[in-house]
Amino acid sequence: MSEEKQCQCAEIQEEELYPRLEEVINQHRGKGEDLIMVLHKAQNLFGYLPRRAQEMVAEGLNVSLNEVYGVITFYNFFSTVPQGRNSVKICLGTACYVRGSQEVLDKAQKELGIKVGGTTEDRRYSLDVVRCIGACGLAPAMLVNEDVYGRVKSPHLVDILKKYE
Amino acid sequence: MIRATINNVEIEVPEGTTILWAAKKAGFTIPTLCNHPDLPPGGQCGICVVEIEGLPGLKRACMTPIGEGFKIKTHTPRIQATRRQLVELILSDHDTSCLTCVKNNNCELQQLAATVGINTVDYKNESRKKHPIDHSSVAIVRDPNKCILCGRCLTVCSQVQTVNALAVNHRGSETLISTAFDAGLGNSVCINCGQCVVHCPVGALYERSATEEVWEALHDPDKFVVVQEAPAVRVMLGEEFGMPVGTLVSGKMHAALRRMGFDAVLDTNFAADLTIMEEGTELISRLTSGKNLPLITSCSPGWIKFMETFFHDMIPHMSTAKSPQQMFGALAKTYYAKEKGIDPAKIVSVSIMPCTAKKFECLRPEMNASGYRDVDYVLTSREIGRMMREAGIDMNEMPDEHADPILGEYTGAATIFGATGGVMEAAVRSAYALVTGKELEDVEITPVRGLKGIKEAEIDIEGTKVKVAVAHSCGHARALLEKVQDQMRKDGKSEYQFIEVMACPGGCVGGGGQSWGSNMAKRARRGESLYAEDRSLPMRRSHENPEVQAAYEKFLEKPNSEKAHKLLHTHYFKRSAVDGKILPG
Repeated sequence: MSEEKQCQCAEIQEEELYPRLEEVINQHRGKGEDLIMVLHKAQNLFGYLPRRAQEMVAEGLNVSLNEVYGVITFYNFFSTVPQGRNSVKICLGTACYVRGSQEVLDKAQKELGIKVGGTTEDRRYSLDVVRCIGACGLAPAMLVNEDVYGRVKSPHLVDILKKYE
Repeated sequence: MIRATINNVEIEVPEGTTILWAAKKAGFTIPTLCNHPDLPPGGQCGICVVEIEGLPGLKRACMTPIGEGFKIKTHTPRIQATRRQLVELILSDHDTSCLTCVKNNNCELQQLAATVGINTVDYKNESRKKHPIDHSSVAIVRDPNKCILCGRCLTVCSQVQTVNALAVNHRGSETLISTAFDAGLGNSVCINCGQCVVHCPVGALYERSATEEVWEALHDPDKFVVVQEAPAVRVMLGEEFGMPVGTLVSGKMHAALRRMGFDAVLDTNFAADLTIMEEGTELISRLTSGKNLPLITSCSPGWIKFMETFFHDMIPHMSTAKSPQQMFGALAKTYYAKEKGIDPAKIVSVSIMPCTAKKFECLRPEMNASGYRDVDYVLTSREIGRMMREAGIDMNEMPDEHADPILGEYTGAATIFGATGGVMEAAVRSAYALVTGKELEDVEITPVRGLKGIKEAEIDIEGTKVKVAVAHSCGHARALLEKVQDQMRKDGKSEYQFIEVMACPGGCVGGGGQSWGSNMAKRARRGESLYAEDRSLPMRRSHENPEVQAAYEKFLEKPNSEKAHKLLHTHYFKRSAVDGKILPG
């Protein structure tokens, strides 16, 4: 947390987004049934769902905070941690898995010092797993942002990650 | 009426009856796990499946209304195999340390495993994740490793109590019933009512126990341990010893506590009479001044936290009178200590409550009017039942004994505090006398009795009409208060002058500290038993209590005196609807 605080620019930017979230909420005020839609918009705004945004959505839509939290933690799409500038996704689909993608994942977690679903403190990388990206012929495969890498061996991983600032 | 057959037994039941209840009528018990008689069926567990001739698949009996001509089978080999498989799957993901579980012998999953005939669990789940136990609350402990995700706790929390402290969070094998942000019950809007606890079929929710601390105090020769028992405890404690539901054991309870080694066996009912003197006087002064009406009762600590969290604008309407437990606590270490010549520092004040929220209440920082912690330890009715069994006491064999003076005498008005509407009725009995100088001829105010969610009555105090309302369970309280808010917005005042709220369904007889497996039928029987004790007592009005009169004469001067205010009255805080913490300012 303290690391995050050092990055003043990000803090200020996030602060400026709350009035815009308020505008979104105003269009759905008191309508609990719009919860997922509003959370979707909030996540597009912030890149993730900070706790304060969750509290604002709960109050604005008149649903309990716990219901908001339940929905967020149910859907993989929603994230409660800020996303890094680069999204690293390692395929754990059947083909990739049998060709050793678990090893690649272990290496990525070790190198980045984060677990699946986490973001590095400098917000350079976020790490996730995916189930099949349609590149089974290249197994094991991984994605960094829009770029697909095939036949990844764990020693390659560091070189790949280095390319992304 | 619908005609159908269940296992070849012909039955006729009203339309809309579920197969589960119809089967019961036909003499067959279909096993269930997530089903609870007071809650809407959820269909989570699937244990209650049955076969209906001509329909594909198995149907859940709890959710399926019976149809004309249905031919239902409830215990075929296919059904039995399905049930066993389901229970085995639950057990494979369950912490089965039954012998050391608080629910040992009272667990519905244990009973179910026996009922469906589990003798082996074929599914091994070596990677079962061990979750940390939630110890963040001072009242309630939550152990997710015992949780079977049946959802009863969150149904009662969200639908009956409208607190929404619990929800289903995360997904798949990670699914967890927890609070927002998984922050723990102590960091949530939880009001400590304990309805989740009494609705949990397994050992996933239980009170934070104080039994060890109380044993230690009882065995410490330097301590003088006093005990008080709430009204609703005396109509439940018998159940812990196999007596019929609602058996009144006031005298046996006093005898048993004395045999456990408490130095003075006193009674919360004394303080309930005292509460009426304070709250009744407060009611009269508000009726006279017309300010802050309606007056709302403040005996239920779950309700207090609910109001502090969700109804900030109702704070000025709350009675400032403390609950009987805390009034008793404040007097035990002042008046009682003085009269008996005991150093208050040596007094350990224990209370036996039907309630988990009382554990929170006694720890509120402001509850130290005596200069000490007014109440040191709160034990639920369940905990004292356990302690009595540990001490080898059988309630059935106890003689009837009275509580000790000078905080032990009580009237019928005090004992009905334990049932919804009781505080209202007791207050009216005395307010009438305080205003008119005459006694109510018929002390029974029946419109405020019973288990209807919101009850109303109009009381005529020699020409002055007082409109009163009574709500039990926080869901009903919420509905009533929203109505009051509406009226105040529109007309600047409410139609009601006096409102009683109890956080738990049925009032304290249905509290979160009462026996496992509580339901509305049991709550009703316990309530009736309190009204029976009221009828049997020679004094039925709080102001007739000689010990209360003596307390005013020797110590408190008069109701709402400066001294009474210091010791017997309190104040409230606005709390956050995010985490239940006190808001600044």
